[in-house]
Amino acid sequence: MTDRVAIVGVAQTRFSPKRADVNVGELAYEAIEQVLQQTGLEIGRDIDNSISCSHDIWDGQTISDIGITDVIGGHLRNEEKMAMDGSTAAYYATIGILSGEFDCTLLLAHTKMSQTDRNIVNNTAFDPIYTRMLGFDFTTAAALQARRYMSVYGITEEQVARVVLKNLSNARLNPVMHNGRDLSLDEILAAPLIADPLRALDLAPDSDGAVALIMASEERAKQITDHPAWILGIGSCYDAHYLGDRDLADCMALEKAAAMAYRMAGINDPRRQVDLVELGDEFSYQELLWLEGLGLCKRGEAGCITAEGLTARSGELPVNPSGGLLGGVPANVAGLNRVAEAANQVMGRAGEVQIKDVEIAVAQGHSGFCGQHQCVIVLGREPRSLSASAGRSR
Amino acid sequence: MTDIFAPSENRDYFEVDQHITASSRYYAGRVGSRFFIALRDEQKILGSHCPKCNLTYWPPRNTCGRCFSQLSESDLLEIGPLGTLETFTRPNYTPPQPVPAAPVLYGIIKLDGADTGMAHLLGEVDFENLKIGMRMQPVFAEAPAANILAIRYFKPAEE
Ligand SMILES: [Zn+2]
Repeated sequence: MTDRVAIVGVAQTRFSPKRADVNVGELAYEAIEQVLQQTGLEIGRDIDNSISCSHDIWDGQTISDIGITDVIGGHLRNEEKMAMDGSTAAYYATIGILSGEFDCTLLLAHTKMSQTDRNIVNNTAFDPIYTRMLGFDFTTAAALQARRYMSVYGITEEQVARVVLKNLSNARLNPVMHNGRDLSLDEILAAPLIADPLRALDLAPDSDGAVALIMASEERAKQITDHPAWILGIGSCYDAHYLGDRDLADCMALEKAAAMAYRMAGINDPRRQVDLVELGDEFSYQELLWLEGLGLCKRGEAGCITAEGLTARSGELPVNPSGGLLGGVPANVAGLNRVAEAANQVMGRAGEVQIKDVEIAVAQGHSGFCGQHQCVIVLGREPRSLSASAGRSR
Repeated sequence: MTDIFAPSENRDYFEVDQHITASSRYYAGRVGSRFFIALRDEQKILGSHCPKCNLTYWPPRNTCGRCFSQLSESDLLEIGPLGTLETFTRPNYTPPQPVPAAPVLYGIIKLDGADTGMAHLLGEVDFENLKIGMRMQPVFAEAPAANILAIRYFKPAEE
């Protein structure tokens, strides 16, 4: 039985506001074909498990994976769908391989946000008894969280705008992103208000695209590539559901998920030990809030360290050098894209967006409004046994 | 009847237009039913009190998420009607559900006696005058409504 797990292949379609030329199956196939070619693996012979991540309403079909079994190989063997963010697929792929049941798992996330209205989709995430008919969606919920967080911790609009400035500038270098551009702070702060205090550039734009990864046991990983990205730690946790149940300035679930992942990875000083972070900036302020939840700075400090340039590509702790979700990554695909970008950095194959000497990278994904569910994946260039630490997170 | 094969902006690719509509009746449950009946008939707002944790939850519920005690109808108590504004926003677009308010303002109000907040609409106030920490009071619907819009919105309290 293996106690080490690695990412051995990473492929992404180019993300774009609208891919009118392909349906979801064709879109998914683009990423899968690419990752199989890259690793030299054959879907029938080499893959023994598949995990997909997509959204019922965006795909237009309940249990949305049932429509693409022929693309992912669901008719050949076990296939499971994650109804949450794609980072959680990496969490379950790791567990499946550690269990000894599987050796080589294909992960897929796809979403075509252009197919329907995001606010109508996300309104259905609110409970039908007390909240949904008030018309909330992820943007108004995020606006409530942004105002609460900024007010409690004294985060300024300019500090939040610096996240947009940095990530959209980084996205220019990344061939998969579509929202890259160079803007001034004034332009960002003058963008139209969508839900006060959130402005147009504070929201990850609607995007279509797919990401495919292959994860393998140590033995298989070494046969497939000389430069895998090793899984060092994983953690996952939910926060309370109702908007009013938690202080939206806090991020308890992320703190717990990060603590689990760091403990497995042997990380006790994340600020010093982590070289790079790819996190879920679905809304700009979230980059600051999640940085604090990940323990990479003290509560309320993220605005300052961002303004000081610490999280820039050239900074001490690059955050979202890929361009982040603001760069244009579809919902649901978001977390697997975070894992993919972090893995590329560790594997040294991030191309234009490569940061030098990345030994340890952290990827974070979340799903639900205001980050109700959180997942943290720690990746490293050197392997680490997971069995000694797995499950010892309490 | 509309053409089901509506061409997209690119004439070579077709999009199939679909509308999913479901008329649903979701059960409010034991404590939820008591909440909605008290709101409709008495304009009272109920929350669930966990005696073990000494925490009062809105919406009312039958489990305490902190200690996993079962809570029942006998653990319901009246909260509010006044409360404190914890955060707020103003969407500059039409929300995905028809909302009987113009302009649409949202807030989270922590009602007096409750330890969790209520997300709801705000009204009779200019957005520019909203402040975190403001005292708010509910405005009840004139015609009794058997849903959360039995509270029309919260407005600044006349204390
Ligand atoms: Zn309790």
